[in-house]
Amino acid sequence: MAVTHEHAHAEHHLSFVQKYIFSQDHKIIGIQYLMTSMAMAVTGGILAMLIRMQLGWPGTKWGLAAFLFPGGFQGGQMKPDFYLSVVTMHGTIMVFFVLTTALSGGFGNFLIPLQIGSRDMAFPWLNMMSYWLYPPAIVVLLAAFLVSGGAPNSGWTAYVPLSALKEASPGSGLGQTLWLISLALLIVAFLFGSLNYITTILNMRARGLSMGRLPLTIWSLFVTAILMLLSFPVLFAAVIMLLFDRLAGTSFFVPSGIVIGGQLLSHTGGNPLLWQHMFWFLGHPEVYVLILPPMGMVSDILATHARKPIFGYRFMVGAICAIALLSFLVWGHHMYTSGMHPLVGMAFMTTTLAIAVPSAVKTFNWLATLWRSRIRFAPAMLFALGFVSLFVTGGLTGIFLGSPPIDIYMQDTFFVVAHFHFVMASAAIFGVFAGTYHWFPKMFGRMMNERLGRIHFWLTFIGIYATFFPMHFAGIQGMMRRIYSPQLYAHLKGLAELNAFVSLAAFALGLAQLIFLVNLFWSMFRGPRAERNPWEATTLEWQADSPPPHGNWGAHLPEVHRWAYDYSLPDAKDDYVPQTVPTAQVPAHRGTDGGGGG
Amino acid sequence: MNGTTKTLERPPATAGPRGPRAPGRETTFDRSSGDGPGANTAAANPARVGVWLFVIAVTILFAAFTNAYLSRRAAADWQVGPLLPILWVNTVVLVLSSLALEYARAHGSREDAAGARLGLGAATALGTAFLIGQVVAWRALAAAGIFMASSPHSAYFYLLTGMHGLHLTGGVGGLFYALWKVHREPAAAQVVLGPTAIYWHFVDVLWLYLFFILFWQ
Amino acid sequence: MAAGTRTTDERRTGGFLALLILLMIVIGGVGMTVMAKTRWWLPPVASAHGGDIDRLFYITLIVTGLVFVLVHVLLALFVWQNAAWGDRRAEHWHEHQTLELSYTIIPAIVLAILVSMGGVVWHRVHAAPPASALAVDLRGEQFAWLARYPGADGAFGRIDPAKIDARTNPMGIDPGDPAGSDDIVTRELHLVVNRPVEVRLRARDVLHSFFVPAFRVKQDVVPGMTVTTWFTPTKAGDYEIACAELCGVGHYIMRGKIKVETQEAFDAWLAGQKK
Repeated sequence: MAVTHEHAHAEHHLSFVQKYIFSQDHKIIGIQYLMTSMAMAVTGGILAMLIRMQLGWPGTKWGLAAFLFPGGFQGGQMKPDFYLSVVTMHGTIMVFFVLTTALSGGFGNFLIPLQIGSRDMAFPWLNMMSYWLYPPAIVVLLAAFLVSGGAPNSGWTAYVPLSALKEASPGSGLGQTLWLISLALLIVAFLFGSLNYITTILNMRARGLSMGRLPLTIWSLFVTAILMLLSFPVLFAAVIMLLFDRLAGTSFFVPSGIVIGGQLLSHTGGNPLLWQHMFWFLGHPEVYVLILPPMGMVSDILATHARKPIFGYRFMVGAICAIALLSFLVWGHHMYTSGMHPLVGMAFMTTTLAIAVPSAVKTFNWLATLWRSRIRFAPAMLFALGFVSLFVTGGLTGIFLGSPPIDIYMQDTFFVVAHFHFVMASAAIFGVFAGTYHWFPKMFGRMMNERLGRIHFWLTFIGIYATFFPMHFAGIQGMMRRIYSPQLYAHLKGLAELNAFVSLAAFALGLAQLIFLVNLFWSMFRGPRAERNPWEATTLEWQADSPPPHGNWGAHLPEVHRWAYDYSLPDAKDDYVPQTVPTAQVPAHRGTDGGGGG
Repeated sequence: MNGTTKTLERPPATAGPRGPRAPGRETTFDRSSGDGPGANTAAANPARVGVWLFVIAVTILFAAFTNAYLSRRAAADWQVGPLLPILWVNTVVLVLSSLALEYARAHGSREDAAGARLGLGAATALGTAFLIGQVVAWRALAAAGIFMASSPHSAYFYLLTGMHGLHLTGGVGGLFYALWKVHREPAAAQVVLGPTAIYWHFVDVLWLYLFFILFWQ
Repeated sequence: MAAGTRTTDERRTGGFLALLILLMIVIGGVGMTVMAKTRWWLPPVASAHGGDIDRLFYITLIVTGLVFVLVHVLLALFVWQNAAWGDRRAEHWHEHQTLELSYTIIPAIVLAILVSMGGVVWHRVHAAPPASALAVDLRGEQFAWLARYPGADGAFGRIDPAKIDARTNPMGIDPGDPAGSDDIVTRELHLVVNRPVEVRLRARDVLHSFFVPAFRVKQDVVPGMTVTTWFTPTKAGDYEIACAELCGVGHYIMRGKIKVETQEAFDAWLAGQKK
């Protein structure tokens, strides 16, 4: 029995602006987040290419780059402060303005109402307002490149005092202030978004959709939203306090006795480690905010394209919750060498290595899902499989870093850079790609080109391993992070070739993404029309049209009768049974009588 | 096969099905006119859930400030600043505004729109008076030469009262909205006042807490 | 697409992916690691506790390496085996409590062992320095290191940042403290081979980090704090301090010179330094 609603087919005469710009429709907002994130990914990617240019061939005179970025080059050579600005902005953009926005903002918005069978989010107006904080935050952030002193030089982690004292670095002037304001705006967007998602999932699930029947995509987005709600306010507090240290002369973080630029500063009593604690209290859950949604989406994509239920649904849900809970208890592993008390380091080591356990469970469950399956290698599936590999590689190097004695050596070296580029730049991005290829038909009503998708996968998978795997060895040799030139230390001799190779691989990797962009935009307008359920998947969104109309479901909301993973039921005719099909109505296998499916 | 599938399933009756929300409708404190079991229970109202979640986020914000504050307070150079009498006045005003809001809620649930409007109006006026009183306190301190950077205590005083004031200003905005809503649609009084009260009482209790930790020695 | 072509296509893709995983990741990854050991690797250990750290590193490398190979071989195998073929349906098998518990408990045990081993080494690194340790005070600043020895009285004079003068008193030793009158301030850090050294670490302006790869030592220096670390250099020679915490535009060139030498050479050097 479905519930009708007299307004379901109300004709809204919305203007172009109301429909596509200030839309309150979660699908449009989700696509807005995805498109904006993609533009920021290109920006962050260009910054990455600049980093690799400098690290691959330090001391070189560049013609084109110097022409495009005149403030950052002198005599053709990149300036050290520009290098640090590029490093800082690359990290900030990729973590906050690409991955968080694409995964939670983009996929979260598009998928949640559709997969739970509701017409929209709980608070559509708030949803729109949340998105519209994002472009202003971008403008404020990128403006930092244009002001006197340039963009911040303190890394995406903005450690104090470097980020608090304008005398400490050119970018620690107005650029750092703009960076802080931009983050504050974006954090508000994230908080209101999370609040919306949690309320929607708790309150607006379709009839019959208990929490135990939710697809893992929704579980992961739900838990991620809770993580964001509980952790982002701490960074917000730290950002406000740092702004006051910078602009009002307070000493929340800045200690006494600092002598810089020949002057003794008048700050008293602040604690630089307090900034680190507050930053990482958000910073660590943040990385799980970035990996949990891809994990959820990959689970569902693997199940769909392997025509098999995800293995161990209950343990998977448990693992998501365990990871989320533990993620609040591990932040100190970023601070083993910070001057924190060693006993505290012991405590964080224990929790950090504990969090590897649920990750291991998930990995083996993915493998078990593939065993005796029937795999269809759609591009989404290729990226989902690639995700498993990249997550394992990146996760394993985390075990080194989680151990404080090993971290004594590895902290702040390229071993850390390799580790997080495997889990974030590789695994999480593969989650974004997999999700895009998989849900593109639902979003745009057209199919992406499969051939181009596969080529994109091969080039990207090879390119990513080629770029980031060798970085581990630079770290093992002791190459530090955020250094403008790796050629000036005796212990770094011999790394020139490795760095050059990594840079070349990075350029190739970057170029390969053009294939994706071309495929995406061409298919959006000229791709073959998609049917309702091209992947023969079970979850609710595939019961709506491609693309779904405003209000998603027409006159009748869907009703759910089973969990999300009825693939390859032995007695059913088709190798999948959508969630909306009641038990009595499962078409039976030829030769058996009706009512099969038990 | 299906029957033996072990999942986290619970019987559908507890799934909380509700009527669909009309697309495009403004929903912050709105109630969908959809029907379905449980559509009118207070616990299921999305506005209440949303407000509680917001309260949780703001609590975490102030917990972070508190953590920084407490560790700074432990240092040897800590000295508490002056407790201006107007801060006591503001506190009383804010408590009264919460009482006025409870009056509004009681009358709202009795379908007495006039009473609800009266209580709401009083709460809004008192809330605004609190904000003005806080600004007066700030100006008095400034006149005495006490600014943010003057001492560790003054830094936290301005930080905490400023952030609280910002959140309270949002709350006053919410009260104005509730006033407008009750005026336009008296039957919606009960539904609007619930979430409004949750947030307003929260910023009231938050003030009591901040006042205490700032000046208790 | 006809079912037959589809199946062939899937099998080809599956085979190719499996091969890529085996070649590029398993063989390539392990192979590159073996090759890297001869070219881009840890510098030879030159401190007493460095050996402990390296041992822990190698054990972790072996454990993670085994898991890396195992998971990727399984991934490749399952991908290749299960590329869509014929009419066979996937097996509707999706839960096995014992199996799942086993790969919850086994990783937990392995990690618990690694945690204990790490804890032992961490405890050793942070144990109290022996009484015979040479004491030195080291300050990081934008963009150099400045060292100070306590002199004949064995005590360091108090530091007063207000007294810092680039020419006459770069360390900012308080002239009113008699313990500081014999302190020796130097640009180079000299240490005695096989003698423990206790380094008191400070910062003048922003965060820096005292990192000496060969000693397996790293400790951030924090303005407003004095953090102590100690170690025993075991090989004479020249080393560099590499700053390992972003500190501004000169971070990439903030090198400090370390010389590890015999006690006699050290004494001679110290005697020759101006106070």
